Amino acid sequence: MSNNEINRTRRNLIIATATVGGAGVVAAAVPFVASMMPSALAKGLGAPIEVDIGKLESGAKLTVAWRGKPVWIISRTKDMLQRLDKHDDRLTDPKSEVTSQQPDYCKNPTRSIKPEYMIAVGICTHLGCSPSDKLKPESDNETGPNWDGGFYCPCHGSRFDLATRVYKGSPAPTNLVVPPHKYLTDTMIRIGDDGKGA
Amino acid sequence: MSSKVQQFLGWIDDRFPLTATWKQHLSEYYAPKNFNFWYFFGSLALLVLVMQIVTGIFLTMHYKPDASLNAAGVSVAFASVEYIMRDVDWGWLIRYLHSTGASMFFVVVYLHMYRGLIYGSYRKPRELIWIFGCFIYVALMAEAFMGYLLPWGQMSFWGAQVIINLFDAIPFIGPDVSTWIRGDFVISGATLNRFFAFHVIAVPLVLLGLVVMHLVALHEVGSNNPDGIEIKKHKDPNTGIPLDGIPFHPYYTVKDILGVCVFLIVFAVILFFTPEGGGYFLEANNFIPADPFKTPEHIAPLWYFTAFYSILRAVPPLFNSQFPGVIAMGLAIVVMFLLPWLDRSPVKSIRYRGALYKWALALFVIAFFVLSYLGTQSVSETKTWLARIFSIIYFLFFILMPWYSRADKTKPEPERVTAC
Repeated sequence: MSNNEINRTRRNLIIATATVGGAGVVAAAVPFVASMMPSALAKGLGAPIEVDIGKLESGAKLTVAWRGKPVWIISRTKDMLQRLDKHDDRLTDPKSEVTSQQPDYCKNPTRSIKPEYMIAVGICTHLGCSPSDKLKPESDNETGPNWDGGFYCPCHGSRFDLATRVYKGSPAPTNLVVPPHKYLTDTMIRIGDDGKGA
Repeated sequence: MSSKVQQFLGWIDDRFPLTATWKQHLSEYYAPKNFNFWYFFGSLALLVLVMQIVTGIFLTMHYKPDASLNAAGVSVAFASVEYIMRDVDWGWLIRYLHSTGASMFFVVVYLHMYRGLIYGSYRKPRELIWIFGCFIYVALMAEAFMGYLLPWGQMSFWGAQVIINLFDAIPFIGPDVSTWIRGDFVISGATLNRFFAFHVIAVPLVLLGLVVMHLVALHEVGSNNPDGIEIKKHKDPNTGIPLDGIPFHPYYTVKDILGVCVFLIVFAVILFFTPEGGGYFLEANNFIPADPFKTPEHIAPLWYFTAFYSILRAVPPLFNSQFPGVIAMGLAIVVMFLLPWLDRSPVKSIRYRGALYKWALALFVIAFFVLSYLGTQSVSETKTWLARIFSIIYFLFFILMPWYSRADKTKPEPERVTAC
């Protein structure tokens, strides 16, 4: 055999060796990549919380921590509720049709179990800032005209109404998330667990 | 040189190419003799890099990447930065050198990139130098972004929240990717710890490797110059040395030392009189400990990111997804890599280009400044529209370049470099 000729057997052995070696490198990378996922401890911290809303004044907002995120409980007055259906044409998803954003039992005009209590994760669906309160129906530079009360995200200017539904023209694509929750008593809510396996 | 020293050098050179390396990269690296002001910023970037590494090493001796709360109810990380500022001898100086140095790094790098733009330093045969440079820029942005999380202040927290959530917008795998980056379902101590690891080990190593590749590629093809012509076209027939080239050492080392002196004077003035740069280098909100339940009234990234931030904000959501804005922001950086192939002008330097290119460049620079300014401001209807217009100008500079650079009325390039 001349020196110029390719030794097929050796070439194939090189390819086979390189393939096995490459697979080994990929396999060796798995533990490192996986180690960056949330640890068992972090996963365990997602337990539901119980909140007493008995002392929440009508028209006020309470913020509690659930899974490291702010969860808002807004006690809506009759006035606030009446203003909710005045601006459906200016909302992206007035009927809450994006199913990922609320449990089925909150797919209603007030996005809540009891109309007077709005419960939502206070994290903007755009890039995760926590919107500021603009609860009163007073228009300013940030809220734009004809404001019916709601929230304004300081990061990128998304606007939400008092049912945390997003206004058209906001960078946020969807309404805020309503977490699974249920009423244990009239004044006690459990957030993170609705008894339906969520 | 005494014979003893020469003998010692010879001993080393037999075992390691010390003299050869010195010659190749300094004493016999022939650079064009017409370098001007714009050529200070490469060596200054190297200086700032070294400064960031040295100050960074000393900061890690006192800093603790720990988000848990101490006895006083403040996170350990935030408290350790305050400790460096107040209780460590000269700690304030080292910390401000590092935090203000980060902004200086971007000032120097932006000027360095602008130099490349005006003199066509990215054109053939320097495409790879440009591409390595773009990678350095990306690595630098990652480094700055992760470093900004470490003080664990309000801007650290919410800035990281926004940027990591950008990955959420990737269809299908987005949420998993962002969880993987955070190491938790929200920004937490896990995120802080890994950003510390990336900031002090991983990214600096990548950065150093890229800088070496940037310089090796540069010294392979030779430096460009303000005339944008190749000095290797005219070599001394006897020595093979470019007629318009002078050895980097001592000519440009001396020139760069002057640049270093002036830079350090400017840097010292900023450092001692306005280390926070009026909120542009270190934001006031970052002196408040991170609060995961309250976003500050006004959040904006540091000045060197704001142009891209404006582009992100300018794009409206499409099909219920913010992905288009994220894509636009990514493209604003990716398009830089393509520059060597977008420019079809017969000349490299702005000195021999026509009015078309000069207008395009002027508009681009204005767009970059306006976008940078808008990114520091809170949004309003007018500002969003302005951001849209200038984002389009930003992209048109690149997209239309193959046409306007070719249609441009250029002047003939000289054979030899001209006086500066």
